[in-house]
Amino acid sequence: MAHTEWRDAPELPDFSLLKRLARDQLIFLLEQLPGKKDLFIDADLMSPLDRIANVTILKQHEVDKLYKVELKPIVSSSDQLCFLIRPRIQTVKWISDLVNADKVAGRFRRYKIIFTPQKFYACETVLEEQGVYGDVTTDEWNFYILPLDDDILSLELPEFFRDNFLEGDQRWVTTAGSALHLLQSVYGSFSKVYGIGRCAKMVYESWRELMEEGEQRTRQPEFAKVFLVDRDVDFVTPLCSQVVYEGLVDDLFRIKCGSVEFGPDVTSSDKSIKVMLNSQDKVFSEIRNEHFSNVFGFLSQKAKNLQTAYDKRRGMDIQQMKAFVSDELKGLKQEHRLLSLHIGASESMMKKKTKQDFQELLKTEHSLLEGFEIRECITYIEEHINRQVSMIDSLRLLCLLSITENGLLSKDYRSLKAQYLQSYGIKHLLTFANLRQLGLLEEQQAGETLTVMESKVGKLVNDKTVGKLTDAFSSLAKKSNFRALSKRLALVPKSGEEYDLRVPRDMAYVFSGAYIPLSCKLIEQVLERDGWTGLEEVTRMLNGQEFAVTGAPNPRNKTDAQRIVLVMFLGGCTFSEISALRFLGKERDTYYVKQIEYMVNIKLSI
Amino acid sequence: MTTLEDGTGVCSKGPGNRERSSLRLQQAFITQNEADSSVTVWQSHLICLNFFKTSSQARRRPCFSLNRKIELYEMGWNLKDGLRECLVAAAPYGGPISLLKGHNRRSPSARPQLEIYSSSGLPLASFPWKSGVVKQLGWTVSDDLLCVQEDGTVLVYDLLGGFKRHFSMGNEVSQSQVLETKIFHSPYGTGVAILTGALRFTLATNIDDIKLRRLPEVPGLQGAPSCWAVLTQDRQSKVLVANGSHLFILDNTACTPVTPPGLSPQASSIVHMCVSFSYKYLALLTDSGHVWMGTSNLKEKLSEVDTKIKTPPKQMAWCRRPKSQQPSAVVMWDGLLIVVGECKETIQYHLDDDSILVPELDGVRIISGTHHELLQEVPGACEEIFKIASMAPGALLLEAHKEYEKESQKADEYLREIKEQSLLSEAVRQCVEAAGHEHEPETQKTLLRAASFGKCFLSNFPPEQFVSMCRDLRVLNAVRDYTVGIPLTHTQFKQMTVQVLIDRLVYRKLYPLAIEICRYLKTPEYQGVSRVLKHWACYKVQQKEESDEVIAKAVSVKLADAAGIFYSEIATKAYESGRTELAIKLLEFEPRSGEQVPLLLKMKKSPLALSKAIESGDTDLVYTVVMYLKNELNRGDFFMMLRNQPVALSLYKQFCKHQEQDTLKDLFNQDDDHEELGNLYVKASYKEQRLEARIALLQSAVDEYYKAKNEFSAKTTEDEMRLLRFQRKLEEEKGELLVGFSLHDTMTTLLSVGLHKHAEQLYKDFRVPDKRFWWLKLKSLAEKEDWEELEKFGKSKKSPIGYLPFVEVCIKHHNKYEAKKYVSKVTPEQKVKAHLAVGDMEGAAEAAIERRNESEISTVLSRCSATTDHLLMERLNRAKATAVKK
Repeated sequence: MAHTEWRDAPELPDFSLLKRLARDQLIFLLEQLPGKKDLFIDADLMSPLDRIANVTILKQHEVDKLYKVELKPIVSSSDQLCFLIRPRIQTVKWISDLVNADKVAGRFRRYKIIFTPQKFYACETVLEEQGVYGDVTTDEWNFYILPLDDDILSLELPEFFRDNFLEGDQRWVTTAGSALHLLQSVYGSFSKVYGIGRCAKMVYESWRELMEEGEQRTRQPEFAKVFLVDRDVDFVTPLCSQVVYEGLVDDLFRIKCGSVEFGPDVTSSDKSIKVMLNSQDKVFSEIRNEHFSNVFGFLSQKAKNLQTAYDKRRGMDIQQMKAFVSDELKGLKQEHRLLSLHIGASESMMKKKTKQDFQELLKTEHSLLEGFEIRECITYIEEHINRQVSMIDSLRLLCLLSITENGLLSKDYRSLKAQYLQSYGIKHLLTFANLRQLGLLEEQQAGETLTVMESKVGKLVNDKTVGKLTDAFSSLAKKSNFRALSKRLALVPKSGEEYDLRVPRDMAYVFSGAYIPLSCKLIEQVLERDGWTGLEEVTRMLNGQEFAVTGAPNPRNKTDAQRIVLVMFLGGCTFSEISALRFLGKERDTYYVKQIEYMVNIKLSI
Repeated sequence: MTTLEDGTGVCSKGPGNRERSSLRLQQAFITQNEADSSVTVWQSHLICLNFFKTSSQARRRPCFSLNRKIELYEMGWNLKDGLRECLVAAAPYGGPISLLKGHNRRSPSARPQLEIYSSSGLPLASFPWKSGVVKQLGWTVSDDLLCVQEDGTVLVYDLLGGFKRHFSMGNEVSQSQVLETKIFHSPYGTGVAILTGALRFTLATNIDDIKLRRLPEVPGLQGAPSCWAVLTQDRQSKVLVANGSHLFILDNTACTPVTPPGLSPQASSIVHMCVSFSYKYLALLTDSGHVWMGTSNLKEKLSEVDTKIKTPPKQMAWCRRPKSQQPSAVVMWDGLLIVVGECKETIQYHLDDDSILVPELDGVRIISGTHHELLQEVPGACEEIFKIASMAPGALLLEAHKEYEKESQKADEYLREIKEQSLLSEAVRQCVEAAGHEHEPETQKTLLRAASFGKCFLSNFPPEQFVSMCRDLRVLNAVRDYTVGIPLTHTQFKQMTVQVLIDRLVYRKLYPLAIEICRYLKTPEYQGVSRVLKHWACYKVQQKEESDEVIAKAVSVKLADAAGIFYSEIATKAYESGRTELAIKLLEFEPRSGEQVPLLLKMKKSPLALSKAIESGDTDLVYTVVMYLKNELNRGDFFMMLRNQPVALSLYKQFCKHQEQDTLKDLFNQDDDHEELGNLYVKASYKEQRLEARIALLQSAVDEYYKAKNEFSAKTTEDEMRLLRFQRKLEEEKGELLVGFSLHDTMTTLLSVGLHKHAEQLYKDFRVPDKRFWWLKLKSLAEKEDWEELEKFGKSKKSPIGYLPFVEVCIKHHNKYEAKKYVSKVTPEQKVKAHLAVGDMEGAAEAAIERRNESEISTVLSRCSATTDHLLMERLNRAKATAVKK
């Protein structure tokens, strides 16, 4: 496998440091409330917390019982309650109600709220409005980054996308800025920062402010460059079905916080098993980036190897046997267990994905990307909706259609929308409203009127201003310009050519050779050119907002650190993109560390 | 030696040099005994009592410590009556002196005059006292003047006479009036203790955070106690009261009688007491003239001395340097000052003038109408060096250096003597230390030169002590200067720290000096220069006579390159002194927009505040402004303002979503955003359990959608209402759970329970596309395995979805027989698939060959197994070949 042959990989920074920092701070905060206490944890903080500090550590610091925040009345006999929550108004309100209920009941308790990663003024306002501000103490746990794997960091903020792109709430921007600042203070400053998108720019600004306030540390940097990219720069990629193993696992079983729960059909027993998916898992690390069609072959080869390894013990003498049992057997057993799990998972994928439906789905996606046979695609989508095949997949296809075609024709839009509502209920009116807000699913109408206006205005003024106007209009209309972009950046390889998925030629392999993820292509191009020069047209089509800033000059020659690039997806990224970047890293002899807001698997409903 | 010239500055000592003459007298006295040349450097007043009683006692520790009296300044003030009939307060650490003349005069015609002077007697402020009768003056740790009035009100003035604020010591005090007051300093700040007319004590430990405490009653107290003092013990302020010969300690809860161990019995009353600077030691003076000295916890007696004077003294103070072994206190009567120590004898001074004692950390300052002197125990190092006939290494080094200057070879002899005992580093250390304790720059220089000379003969001597001493002395000499008037000793300076010294200079508005000192000592910028500049700017903006532009420009020019300046603080000051415009101008210089916001809000510049908050990108800040505006403005204005700031609006919407749903509605209403209103109603309808309410909400949504000209949504919502009613009706009739299902799900349910009629009705009423209906029906029939009905359905008319689904659905339910019925009906394009689905290889091959489609042929081929379909494969391969050729 190509992955293992790549021996020259630069040493990655030690991310466990981040975990340790977070843990120490948490312990410090818990110690601030001495004595036995019950701890309430936000549901989505459970798994991240588990990776930072397990139950034993919590117990050591006098945490008596652990509860999940369920926004329901609580049963707790403890006199001290500690809440570890995300700064959400809803949760804070729930806590206020609790406190008030206790007051009515004449019960005296001590309350402490630990907000992570930071507290928001709005939360304090709620406490104040509910009249409990004086009764609770609040604190911040600056737990920004969770290292999920050797090369993946996550902010674990599932709300980021929704808040920032849909609601226009930019409160997480500072969080992202602080996270970058943290990385910089731990791992040294970056020599170059690139970015594209409004949010990326804001994150950079907030980060820069932090840099200016704090003192600069000169330290051998462990990252060379940072690339910030907004999710809304490239909506296409997350809308496509994933066909890389890791992506498929995510699609089918949901990878949460670096671990996945395999159901009974995978484990072939009646229990579900939770498995950590990272590079520690030998089997997984070899197949995670592979196209699904290769995985099965690989697994069977692996099984054979394993068998041979087991078979070795035949004809061993006692001494050899002893060595075998002590040295190898455990590893083999472990590998065996993992292998059977992954085989189980692949089987269950096969069952679901090799069906006719999936093939057709992929075919439709590919034609949408290429812009062929749009009518057929629409018919397919219609059927898809009518048959209630999958609520999410239908939406995904609709969005993909809208983006690649720059919006749907009014007639199609209405009919498809009506069909969808008939299938899944009127509540999805709101879903559609949200999608339109995001520019994911639109009627063409708006764009057309603008073009008309554009041409009218264009007649009145000279050519130079027309360009500017067009820019303004195109950003107004939020046109996706996918077709033009795809041509410009050669995102869709020429059809008709055989694409050998076993020996990937370019990043397109993550989508069966049909499409190179736009985000990754952009990163590749910018890093190659060391800036945005020559990409003006592209950035114009992406509504601009690109930047490239040279940071601290790096005196050293090409060290390992020079080859490490941090890519930050604001609003989440998919496993396909990660795989593509890993591939790119191998090709270009650089290494990418990804930092993401959250793994998205496009899911937007009310 | 250049460092030395730089290291110490020259300080002036006031007008005249009267000191010299008295000095000579003293010197004569000394030189009578010993004619050692080293004494000539010893220029200060050196008082030695019991120095050497006999030569045999020479090596014994003297029972009396050496004291010296140094003249600090000749006072610059010109007081007619000296300090007579004045209320005087002088701040410790060489702080300012305040005088209130004729404070007892009550007639409004002759108002008392309040005057503030520096330690050197230079006037800082003077104004007539217009408030009530002042009982006591005192200084806080931050150089503010406290004036305690008879009614318990305390007025706070700054060092330059500016009124800052006032506070009261409580109702009880104002009713029973103030009898006596003491102002004290503790680690918690400056405190005030009051003895009221009702003979009760009220105490506040920190005037910046006033918590009044009323102490318990003292038993048997008939009139004012003979004396009392405030102690700080066990992190608590207590009062020690003497009533006759009885002594009590008052703390928060109790009044405890105490007895000082070994107090001589002839005393019938304690007439005076004083506590040392550190609150560790206590001295009591009895009516029999005995001074008892001991620890303030009254556990240990240090000594008792008979002064032989029985009249009550004016003042008493400890005169003791930290870590000293010897207790020593100073008692002052009219014209007489007595120093008492461990042994029976006392030292007496005559005072020409009315004086006051100011206890310090390492001595006592004596301020009279004309002079300002420091009485202190001679520091160890100075004693070692300057003691007559001293053989201490420091003394020898000084001597060696002197000989060296004279180019005498004796220098070598002295040096050798020190080196033989390998005490050279000790000698250098002594000289450096002694230099620190000297006030006269010439002496400082001599000592430092000697130290430097000694250092040359040492290889690994760490230079830090020497260097920092040179720096410290330079600073000290600068602030001791007559014009500045802060007579700090080195010990005090170290205790006080540079930070505080800078503060004090800033309070005195000596900005250039403060900045020079910061630069000289290389204090980090944000603690040093920047801080001073900020204070300067704050002062500058209060200068009313200059225009806004001039001040703003001056400030920005001066502060331009200073790090860590918060313009917002300066702007706040400007605003507080009523210069809003200037404040706004200054805020423009503030690079952190976050810092600008709170002040802008305070100044009611809310639109500007809001846009700055948004600019900062800090959502918390935006929230702060939004919440403030919400309470400040009326709703309409508030919404209007939000409307112009989309970021703020969306943030507020987020907040409303959870907290105030109704406000959200108002917001949309105001914006005429009917679309969003409609969405809001739809959303609300899903939270509603009762059907009627749900329909009502949907109706509102419909109305809004119509207003928004969104026909589509309106129609859909209307459909939904219709569907809900239909579902309810059916639920009532048939008992199937339907309400809330989507149209599709409703029809599925209906079909699955066999209510075909109703399903058809929906199909017609809601214009369900044929395709959907066919799919639905197909699925449900197959699920029920109602093959007969399915066949009928298939024949009812031409299938809009083709017949391949029929085949597939049958196969899915494992009914190959039924599936085959539909294969023939499938369109040619799908024939191959259909045949393959039912497992009819030949049929599939036939169809594929007929269509001459290469990929289809391949598909069939891949499904053939080599053993059974040998012939078929051959045919297919042939067909494929021809297809490819084509």
